[in-house]
Amino acid sequence: MKFAIALFAPPHAPSSRRALRFAQAALAGGHEIVRLFFYQDAVHNASSNVVSAQDELDIPGEWRDLVRQQQLDGVVCIAAALRRGILNEQEAQRYERRTGNLDAPWELSGLGQLHEAAQTVDRLVCFGGP
Amino acid sequence: MSKSLLIISRQPPWAGPSAREALDIALAGGAFDLPLAMLFLDDGVFQLAPAQQPSALQQKDLGANLQALPLFGVESLYASARSLQERGLDQQTLTLAVEVLDDAALIALIDRYDQVITL
Repeated sequence: MKFAIALFAPPHAPSSRRALRFAQAALAGGHEIVRLFFYQDAVHNASSNVVSAQDELDIPGEWRDLVRQQQLDGVVCIAAALRRGILNEQEAQRYERRTGNLDAPWELSGLGQLHEAAQTVDRLVCFGGP
Repeated sequence: MSKSLLIISRQPPWAGPSAREALDIALAGGAFDLPLAMLFLDDGVFQLAPAQQPSALQQKDLGANLQALPLFGVESLYASARSLQERGLDQQTLTLAVEVLDDAALIALIDRYDQVITL
């Protein structure tokens, strides 16, 4: 089955872990994940500046490893990211900020990517809504 | 054929960017001419309340953006009768033309759509 996963919650929220485990289980089960789309507070999951304590789960790190290893399409909503201080180098330069905190494998893009994914998959699975 | 999407908006307009970001999904989809609908549920119905004064909170008026929904081709707009009633909102005074649905109709509505996003 083809899945798209939309995540709305920050890394410390239980839904971020659940989405991550769902993604891993789906791939392990032979399914395809067409796209990950991080929106609202989920943009923090793509920050390279999150520091987790050594004996705690590093959810942003696990997401990054999963996207890299499985070569997933990891899209972070640019509007949601900018207003929460998540910028790649290009946006940091555009808005004259000192540095970016989002880099590969994540891509900043628009809500059209969520709609496009929803059109092409069998299931859009959302995590972290209210 | 395009897959249909129902966006369920459950947050009031004053509680951070959630209501606006739910609306942005609808407006973005409307721009792609996709079959989508928006349902205002729970505190989300407060987005439709009349005579709001967002400037008192130094906020932009979400109502103006909601009015853009039909212009973007999003004409299937719904609100929960129960949510309105629980919050003392009169459907005659709402700032957006929505179809008010009882609980049974809500279930049928959600069932009709291929994809559902709740924010």
